[in-house]
Amino acid sequence: MGSHTTESSFRVIGTRPIRHDGVEKVTGRAKYGADYYVAGMLHGKVLRSPHAHARIKSIDFSRALALPGVKAVVTGKDLPEGENKTVPLGEMTVNPRYLGQNILARDKVLYYGHAVAAVAAISPHIAEQALELIEVDYEVLPPVLSVEQAMAEGAPILHPDLRNEELGDVPTNVAKHVVLTRGDVEAGFREAHFIVEREFRTSMVHQGYIEPHNALAIYNADGKATIYCSTQGPFEVRGMSAAVLGLPVGSIKVVPAEIGGGFGGKTTVYLEPLALLLAMKTGQPVKMVMTRSEVLRATGPTSGSLIRVKMGCTKEGKITAAKIWMAYEAGAFPGSPVGAATMTVLAPYAIPNVQIDGYDVVVNKPKTAAYRAPGATNAAFAAETVIDELAELCGIDPLDIRILNGAREGTPHPAGPPYRRIGFIETCEAIKASEHYRSNLEGPNRGRGVASGFWFNAGMQSAAVVNIHLDGTASVVTGSPDIGGTRAACAMIAAEVLGLNVEDVRPVVTDTDSIGHTDVTGGSRVTFATGMAVFRAAEDALAQLKERAAKLWECKVEEVEFRDGKFYCKTNNATPLSVSELAKRLPRLGGPVTGRATVNARGVGPSFATCCIDVEVDPETGRVQILRCTVAQDAGRAIHPAYVEGQMQGGTAQGIGWALNEEYIYDSDGHLMNSTLLDYRMPTCPDLPMIETIIVEVPNPGHPLGVRGVGEVSIVPPPAAIANAVYRAVGVRMTELPMSPARLWKAIAQKESTRSGLGRAQHG
Amino acid sequence: MRKVAVQTTLNGEPVEFLCEPRQSLLEVLRDVLNLTGTKEGCLTGDCGACSVLFDGRVVCSCLVLGVEAQGAQIQTVEGLAHGNELSVLQRKFLEHAALQCGICTPGFLIAAKALLDHNLNPSESEVRYALAGNLCRCTGYDKIVRAVMDAAKEMREREAYG
Repeated sequence: MGSHTTESSFRVIGTRPIRHDGVEKVTGRAKYGADYYVAGMLHGKVLRSPHAHARIKSIDFSRALALPGVKAVVTGKDLPEGENKTVPLGEMTVNPRYLGQNILARDKVLYYGHAVAAVAAISPHIAEQALELIEVDYEVLPPVLSVEQAMAEGAPILHPDLRNEELGDVPTNVAKHVVLTRGDVEAGFREAHFIVEREFRTSMVHQGYIEPHNALAIYNADGKATIYCSTQGPFEVRGMSAAVLGLPVGSIKVVPAEIGGGFGGKTTVYLEPLALLLAMKTGQPVKMVMTRSEVLRATGPTSGSLIRVKMGCTKEGKITAAKIWMAYEAGAFPGSPVGAATMTVLAPYAIPNVQIDGYDVVVNKPKTAAYRAPGATNAAFAAETVIDELAELCGIDPLDIRILNGAREGTPHPAGPPYRRIGFIETCEAIKASEHYRSNLEGPNRGRGVASGFWFNAGMQSAAVVNIHLDGTASVVTGSPDIGGTRAACAMIAAEVLGLNVEDVRPVVTDTDSIGHTDVTGGSRVTFATGMAVFRAAEDALAQLKERAAKLWECKVEEVEFRDGKFYCKTNNATPLSVSELAKRLPRLGGPVTGRATVNARGVGPSFATCCIDVEVDPETGRVQILRCTVAQDAGRAIHPAYVEGQMQGGTAQGIGWALNEEYIYDSDGHLMNSTLLDYRMPTCPDLPMIETIIVEVPNPGHPLGVRGVGEVSIVPPPAAIANAVYRAVGVRMTELPMSPARLWKAIAQKESTRSGLGRAQHG
Repeated sequence: MRKVAVQTTLNGEPVEFLCEPRQSLLEVLRDVLNLTGTKEGCLTGDCGACSVLFDGRVVCSCLVLGVEAQGAQIQTVEGLAHGNELSVLQRKFLEHAALQCGICTPGFLIAAKALLDHNLNPSESEVRYALAGNLCRCTGYDKIVRAVMDAAKEMREREAYG
């Protein structure tokens, strides 16, 4: 593992301690959402639509309700209709009507797997039996299964009331059209010597967390509710559940269980309001756990997309203009990440003339949810492939064209102000200097490709409390569920500030009643924003400890100094005290010390990654083997380098899966054909090589420790890097994801037949 | 549904439980015996999160019926540590940061144990194929493979030097 490290005077930050929640997780003791059991608990199950698009004419659940052991059945009519408007909710905005209709269909089902009714029974088996007794009368409607179909004139309309500003009062499947422009794109193309224009397609892919969604809801006679669930955002679960059920936010407490992966997919609600609705109806706790097939059919994948890119550059490789058209599948309800796609697609580059059009399009597929750098990967697959082609036309190294056009401090971001200090060029230089990139790749059907990616990262709200215990140890309390080692990062930050050993700081992730509002674990924001809150809360605790020392020493607080883990008095000869020596005196010095801080974090520093992948293509089968993979990413500051590498490796692996195997396969009626993990093919251990990481550290000037956030951007480059590698291996430009064996085999065969056809023509 | 009494050996201890014939071993472990360390990921035998050792072989407990445990030796993640001493594999997973969310970890530990129980000197490729039935979505497997290789090394050294 390489590392481009800046000077470091840290004692704890940058080390690799054992994570605090580790032992519980290797012994099976850690409690995930499905591991909660309470007395008198019922089990809930969901009836799902067998059609992609249909009107619900009637639902008869009398036979289900009559089955012994069944306690309640609910349908869309049991949910308040909800306001049809966009309301802010933490990181995102939510339309309560659409959210409610996704949780239980009201008049129409809009995708295969859409929830139609839910049952609570004394056992999960009885609940399943009951589902079979519910009779739903559907009027089947023609499904809309692609953005072209949805945008075509006369297309079946999913939401009769959906309008967009551009079209005015006309029913449409286009929820939004976003435009980004800079300069004069046509003038830019006139300056270009080379122009490449291509069309790209990607399929819906799922986040693929191994833990299915779950919820356990308890509702008490006093109107107070508690929900245990695996979520990235307990405060969002509280807010959304309250919005969907029409309950006061303060009546719900959400307890975040350990979470078995999320990648953006657990930032919304599916089961939580349903379990609570059933608990309210029955007066008993209700637990619900999805099957894998339900997860794949009915929880957020990310968008499939259609993207057209036209880009031009001078002979020397200077990009003069880029024109991009992209349509993203939102799924059944508006809200694809196309906005983010338009803002990320060219973000690594300084391009003077740009026009980007993005369309958010509803189709009869599940409502999409966030997935690691949402929107960016599809778009980068397209743009980074075209840039590779431009480099080839210019005869320059693909990293050099990126460095030549790369964004630096002061480059205006396509959708905003100029960048502050960023590390894009550094990621390219790191790959260029790597042993991997300098090595020779030999052998037939082998190729090497590179690509880069951008992600904004996020700030938002976080709260933290640091408690000093009487023995001089401490606890750090936050509201950020720990998906990949952030507890350790928070503890390390507090330990650094307080001069403690990291083992002596216990990190705690608590419920929504026990800490201030904390937005989702998402946007790569926990170590950045919650870390910032922890840093300040630890500083607050330290300031209070200084006051206590001053009281003890009868000096002014300004005269107390803290260095190397000890308090000193600058003006008298008092014996210096460690935190633990001072802590045990706290009861006589004014009582406990609790540091606290809240942030609405500004100073977000974006992340860039550049990836280099070697492949070998089997021309007989179209199968791609990844031979070697190196990723360089700017972390700003790596608090716990092992978990930074982990994020880089995990994101890269997801990008590889997206590139080669993963896709939602639908039949012409809109049925998902691969709703198991056998058929929805995620990378397995033998599919991957070791994933080499180079942590670049260009400190973020907006964070006290230089942190940028590392969770997302590594997923962005691999599909384009692999497409570029495949091109060098076998000479075909792949423009559709995934580059599955069948697709690649066909492309190779097509190339061969064109070549032999040409050969005949020449000889004839 | 009438329940069946099953006698089995679980993590070295004799255990008797009642289960419905339709209940899987996974369901029995979690819902009847409160051993929730074994995780449910798919219920179709594709993800390996529910891996347990059944008479020394790795099985997906979601594909085994509870009644099949009659007379068998079952080992779960809860049986890997010796009291408060973690097994070498558990310790190496922690040292190598081989888990992020941790939901797949119990299954990986079981599959890795099954490998090392009969091969203390596996190649990287052997490790990767031994873990092919377990999906991890967080790590890209890199640190998991390193942890297993390192555990094998330590166990070899321990064997060599007594």
